[in-house]
Formats: sequence, structure tokens, C-alpha cells
Amino acid sequence: MKTTKKIDPSKRAERVSWMLVTPLACVLGFFLLLPILTIVTVSFWNFNEWSFFPDFILDNYVYHLTSAVTWATYLKTLKFMVLTWCFCAVIGFTVAYFLAFHVRSLPVQIALFLVCTIPFWTSNIIRMISWIPFLGRNGIANSSLISLGVIDEPLEWLLYSDFAVVLAFVHLYALFMVVPIFNTMMRIDKSLIEAARDAGASGLQILTNVIIPLAKPGIMIGSIFVVTLVMGDFITVRHMSGGQSASVGRIISNEIALLQYPAAAASSVVLLCTVLLMIGVMMRFVDIRKEL
Amino acid sequence: MEPRSRSFYVLAAFFTLFVIFLYGPVITIGILSFQGPKGGLTFPMNGVSVHWFYDLFEQQAVGDIWGSFRRSFALGLMVMSVTVVLSVMGGMAFRRKFRGSSVLFYLIIASLIVPSILVSLGVGLIFNILDLEVHWATSGFGSQLTWTLPFGLLIMFAVFNRFDKSYEEAARDLGASPWQTVRHVVLPIIAPMLIGVALFGFTLSYDEFARTLLTAGSYNTLPLEIFGMTTNVTSPVLYALGTLTTVFSFFIIGTFLTIVVVMRKRQASGGSDAGSGLV
Repeated sequence: MKTTKKIDPSKRAERVSWMLVTPLACVLGFFLLLPILTIVTVSFWNFNEWSFFPDFILDNYVYHLTSAVTWATYLKTLKFMVLTWCFCAVIGFTVAYFLAFHVRSLPVQIALFLVCTIPFWTSNIIRMISWIPFLGRNGIANSSLISLGVIDEPLEWLLYSDFAVVLAFVHLYALFMVVPIFNTMMRIDKSLIEAARDAGASGLQILTNVIIPLAKPGIMIGSIFVVTLVMGDFITVRHMSGGQSASVGRIISNEIALLQYPAAAASSVVLLCTVLLMIGVMMRFVDIRKEL
Repeated sequence: MEPRSRSFYVLAAFFTLFVIFLYGPVITIGILSFQGPKGGLTFPMNGVSVHWFYDLFEQQAVGDIWGSFRRSFALGLMVMSVTVVLSVMGGMAFRRKFRGSSVLFYLIIASLIVPSILVSLGVGLIFNILDLEVHWATSGFGSQLTWTLPFGLLIMFAVFNRFDKSYEEAARDLGASPWQTVRHVVLPIIAPMLIGVALFGFTLSYDEFARTLLTAGSYNTLPLEIFGMTTNVTSPVLYALGTLTTVFSFFIIGTFLTIVVVMRKRQASGGSDAGSGLV
């Protein structure tokens, strides 16, 4: 019998894995986990005009949750989220469907896919600003509508309105739908579609009975992105509504601006719970590890 | 090949509209940035000039654009390197299950879905309580990593899920040590994907706003500087800046994609040297 003190290979492998993930765990621990724990702690602290200090009070939560403004703002944010999600889902699905099933050569598919993803790697703020000349009072949209005779007066609700906010959200986040849906669609076995067609299914039936069910994980992953990005947003809403619309993120950023950190922390905890709850429900429909 | 159906043309039209929707606004500000010196924020063009680009180079007119660009560039490179290295290490570790792997996996996913402003606020609070000074290269750097790392890791997970293990087995059979296998077999094979991770790392950092907002300290990064400008600059100089940064982003994306294509070509052409040593 070999009794030399050789380390069990599986234990050794585990040790190597741990060594490999240590830096990663440290970064996420210090810059993600610890900040969240700090926010939870500080949300029970007290504050005055110039500082905040340890305490255990529930006032921050009571104030946040009993304020009518909070509830109205949550409603508004949900409205933004639902509208954005609908548009992103429809656009994302259609674009991905076109790329995956109607474009026949792989190089063209990859090229068109890149055309869709490149804006994702450019600045969101610039992409928001770039709507100004288009939607403004004397912008392209208004002047072309006037010259076409559709309207007489420039539309006031194009820029700095809820319309502009949703438009910007869709513009910024539609990619987050296109990419995962395209990814799942590319893995659908084409012979399934042929089989459906041979069995006499119409194009629409193939879409609703074969493609949509198989693309569901991609739709879910895209939805998770869109929901979290819209729920936590504060700058798109501020910028595109001209400061007129509120969102949950803006409540937090306003409280931060007023240096009311414990209040901001309590609002953040409520937001985090809301988002996690939504994601928790969505995660039930998809196993992310299987989708990679 | 069967002829194109009618739905193809409808969908192609939809796709074209989507692309116009994506790029139209950016192209518009590209054109408007050449607005004449007396031109405004919208059409019509009031002459054509490079006046607003010229303005950008005058420090007093618009604040510290070049300083913030330098900081963003440096930060982008820092975030990029760390993202690539940690993503490869993480990707390799996650190829087999280890104790705590699912906890860490959910932490990575959480890093994506926690609203950015929470990271910003949390890191800001920690530095505040510990009486440390927030700085773009410390707190800003760490906060941005929580955004770039999950992307890098998810890409690496996808890469290793498709990785053919027989290459490593072959290397091991030939007597390569684990490190040699990684260095001479695994890394060269995944190299093009690493460029992809690097692209994500750099661009996501270079454009990051929300997570850097409370963690950059007194020296702004470029997106923060631009956002500051949106509230008080109402001349096409804003468009000129937008055009320049977008062109810069396109340049970076183009460079990375070219590197990927070249690497792929090399891999394809240099594939097998079997038999070449026998002559």
C-alpha cells in the first residue's frame, strides 16, 4: 500500500480552484458585498444636516415607505419598466429572429450582429444627448412633421417627457434583448423547424409552437437585464425628462446630493429588495448556468 | 436554395429601421458638430466649420476635458487588464465544481443585477466611514470592476463550456506540466476570446457613469465630465465632444475586432504542422 502523504488529487484541484478565484472573490467581496452590507447598516443610522452617525432607528424606512411620493415614484418607475420591456422584447425578438433564421450565411450573420452590438460599446450619455437635435422643439422630428403637414405646431412632448425617457431606454437597452435571444436562437436545431413544416405547421405556428418556447431562456435573460437597468436608472430619467419625471434611482441620487446618506441607504435597500424579488421570479423560468 | 419569402423582406425592412434607430441620432450629432460658429443645437446648419472642435482644445471654455480623458483612458486600461486576468483565472477555476462555487457564481450574477447606484453609494460610504479619500484609481477602479468582471467571466464560462478537452489531454500525454498546458495550449486557443473580454473591459470602463459617480473623487472621469457639461453647456461644443469620444470608441472597437480577425486567420492557416518535421 502506498502510504506516502500524497494529497488527494481532487483536493489538490479544489485548492487550485480556490487560489484561482481568490482575487476575484476579494474584489467582489470588498466592492460589492461589503458595500451592500454597509448600506444595510447605514440605513438604520441617524443623521442631521451635516453628518450621519451610528444608531438604530427605523425612521428612514418609515419615512420612505409612508411617503406618498415614494409610492407614486415606484408606480412611475414600473410604468417605465413595463413599457421599455415590451418594446425591447418585441424589437429584440424580431431582430434576433431575422438574424438567426432569415440571414443565411454565417459571416453576414456575424457582421449584422456586430452592427447591432457596437453601440453597446459606446457612451450611453452621448447616445442620450444625441436625441436632442432629433426630438427638440425645432428638431428633425417636428420640422419634418410640420413640412409634411401632419401637425401645425411643434409637438412639445417629444423631448423632456416620459415619451423621451422610454424612447431613450429602448434605444439604450434593446441590445440587451437582441444578444441573449440571438444566442439561444442560434442553438435551435434547424431540423426541428423542418420537422414542424413537414408536419404541416404554418409559419406562424412554427413561430409560436417551436421558436418562442425554445427561445424563452434568452428572452428571460434579456428581460432580467432590462428590468434591472431600468429599475436602478437615475440618469436617463433625469436627462430625458429634463428633470421633470421621478424614478426610484433619482430619489436615491437626490438624497445623496443632500448628503442624507442613511435615508439614501434605506431607499436603496427597498429598491434592492424590489429588484431581487423581480429577478427571483424571473430566475425560476431559466437556469443561467445552462445557457452559457 | 429556396426563394426568399415575403416575410424576409418585411423583417429585413424592420432590421434596417432598427439600425437607423441605433445609429441615426449619433450620426446627427456628428453632422451638427460641424455647425458654424453661430449655429445652434438643432438644424438648420448655420454654415460649416470646425469651430466647436477648436473650442474643445481651449481649456477655459469647457473645463478639464483632456485631463478627464487621460484619466478615463488610464482607468480603462487598468480595468481592462485586471478584468482579463481575473476572468481567465475565474473561468479556469469554474471548469470544475469546488466548494463555494455556486455561492461565488451567484455573487457574480448579483454583481450584474445590483443597481449601479447602490455600488456607488456603498463604496462611497465605506470610504467615508473609514475616513479614506475616494479616488478614481482606487474606489472608482474597484467599483468599475464589479461591472466589467461579470461580463468577462460570463464570456469565459461560455468559452470553456465549448472548449475541447482533448487538446489538454494530448498535451498532458506528451508530458506537459499543468502550467505548460495552460501557457502553450489553452491560452493560445482562447486568445481571440480574450481580446473580446479586453474590449468589454476597456469600453465598459471608459463609458461607465453610475458606479463612478460617487467614487471618482475630485478628479472626474470623461463620462462624469460630459454629464456635468450637459447641464450647463448649451452649444454644439457638446456635440463636438460627443463626436470625438464616439469616433474614439469606434477606433478602439475597430482595433480590437481587427486583432480578433487576424488572430483567427492565423489560427486557421497555421492549424496543423503535422508532417512538416519529417522531410
